[in-house]
Amino acid sequence: MVNRISLVNMVAGQTGRIVQIDGGYGMMCKLDALGIRVGKQVHKVSGQPMGGPVIISQGGTQVALGFGMARRIWVEIERPE
Amino acid sequence: MKKILLMGNPNTGKSTVFNRLTGTNVIISNYPGTTVDFTQGKMRIGEEEMMVIDVPGTYSLDPSDEAQKVAMKMFKEGDLVINVVDATGLEKSLNLTMQLIKERKPLMVAINFWDEAKHKGISIDAQKLEKILGIPCVPTCAVTGEGIKELTERLKEAKPPQFDYENKEKWHVIGDIINHTQDLRHRHHTLGERLGDISVIPAFGIPLALVVLFIAFKIVRFIGEGLIGYVFEPGFEKLWTPLMLRLSALLGSGGFIHNILIGNLIEGEIDYGQSFGLLTTGIFVPIGAVLPYVFGFYIMLSVLEDCGYLPRLAVLVDGLMHHLGIHGFAIIPMMLGLGCNVPGILSTRILETKRERFIAATLLSIAVPCAALQAMIVGLMGKDVVVGLTVAYGTLLVVWVILGLLMAHLVRGESLEIFVEIPPYRRPYIRDLLKKIWIRIRWFIKEAIPFVLLGVFIVNILYILGIIQFVGKYTAPVISGTFGLPKEAVGALLVGFLRKDVAVGMLAPLALTLKQRIIASVVLTMYFPCVATFATLIRELGPIDMLKATAIMLASVLIVGRILNLIL
Repeated sequence: MVNRISLVNMVAGQTGRIVQIDGGYGMMCKLDALGIRVGKQVHKVSGQPMGGPVIISQGGTQVALGFGMARRIWVEIERPE
Repeated sequence: MKKILLMGNPNTGKSTVFNRLTGTNVIISNYPGTTVDFTQGKMRIGEEEMMVIDVPGTYSLDPSDEAQKVAMKMFKEGDLVINVVDATGLEKSLNLTMQLIKERKPLMVAINFWDEAKHKGISIDAQKLEKILGIPCVPTCAVTGEGIKELTERLKEAKPPQFDYENKEKWHVIGDIINHTQDLRHRHHTLGERLGDISVIPAFGIPLALVVLFIAFKIVRFIGEGLIGYVFEPGFEKLWTPLMLRLSALLGSGGFIHNILIGNLIEGEIDYGQSFGLLTTGIFVPIGAVLPYVFGFYIMLSVLEDCGYLPRLAVLVDGLMHHLGIHGFAIIPMMLGLGCNVPGILSTRILETKRERFIAATLLSIAVPCAALQAMIVGLMGKDVVVGLTVAYGTLLVVWVILGLLMAHLVRGESLEIFVEIPPYRRPYIRDLLKKIWIRIRWFIKEAIPFVLLGVFIVNILYILGIIQFVGKYTAPVISGTFGLPKEAVGALLVGFLRKDVAVGMLAPLALTLKQRIIASVVLTMYFPCVATFATLIRELGPIDMLKATAIMLASVLIVGRILNLIL
């Protein structure tokens, strides 16, 4: 069985495949340009306290996303820690 | 003159390519009507001289933020584009390349970080890529200079690409190209990468950040004080003062012109702190007192930037900052502000929205004391420096947080969420660093000195017309009543409009109690920006927002000063 969770609930060190992004046009464009799209595999590097940014690694690039944005990106965990 | 544009994603080493193509005559320009700055310079190939513009890094030409809109405008005005792509992140880089291809302007590709790609086990067939896209694709390693010669030699081969594709197939097309040209070999995480990862994990990252900042500020202090002590103060004393004294005698040691240019002679001597002449205080203050610290701060900022630490620092503080209505990157203006508020406020341009820029600039001018001011506060505290500084700085920090929270609630507008690529740690390239620092210093000298001169001039006029004394008489009861400071401190506060550190100096002989000294330090930092900062604020915020900011400043200083008076 696979788990479907948002980036903010992923544990640091987990890897998952993006299955859904709840975003408007602007957000999708921004994410798209950095290779964050449905079907892509992402690895969570860390989260920050106080609703701080989430840092993920995708295809060799590290990106920091705001909490609100990260909350709207859903992944399926492939290799649970 | 032909305009060559360097375009590419952020963190592709575009600036290093730019530096390789241009000489020392590069300037920072501002795209009119925007807060976007860019660098431009000249390049000569054979007989022809061309302009090279380093377009701010963008991920695409979609107009989703101001930097991208400006990039598109600049693209339209250019004649030829060198698209700098990252060999270690080719797939991502090709997004912009595809969009540029659609525009059918003369184009060529520089595949940068070629050496890094090799280390990461990535091998790219540049010739195959060139065949597919139909435009020159030159592997480069800008740091060592490899490939740059070929880049300039093949510049004439850049042509409008014939390659075509359907927009909705873009990522498939890119994927295809990658499959045909790129080969990956697995390899393990390097130490640098591990360090990069843990730098953003709070448990390790925050202590690391504190250490980094502590060392950074120590270095800045060292550079600043060193320059002042060994270069500027002796320089001014030995070379400039005799010249000024001679001019003073020539002007009859008094009179209107004399007072404007030289200022008041304190006991027959020129005192750079108190004379207030355009050519004395006006020149000494920005060059002899502020520039050394700004220099140190620019060095620190450039190093942190080029080694890749800055985005990680911004991420660590972003959570907190967003509660204050500003972006994690606002940490940069705040840090610069600790050197001099002027470059601090100017750097709020890196923030995306007007609301963020307003909050950051206001918080900066209210709660962040500049290096000159800090030095004088330390001096004022004397033997009580530990307690005095702790309470004073502690108060400022609390004010910063509370004021930020208030403004986050009350100031209308939006603040954008953080969304930034975090580059790998890299060893800064010295030549790039030096050029970057040089560009920034040159720009600061051109931008800041005229303001201080203007300020000295205005204060002088006000003094001569008696306006300063007039205002002093009527505000004195407020100041002593609310803040508990003696009436004589009023003079210091008025002078503080020009130079806060000078004002602190004027408080020293008043023999204030520790409580009074703490209140005076806090009030001086908060109540009104020094004239250079004031002028910069008007320029960056516009007059209306400036008035709002001033109101906030005056209100907060009255409240905080009163509270301190009551509880200390």
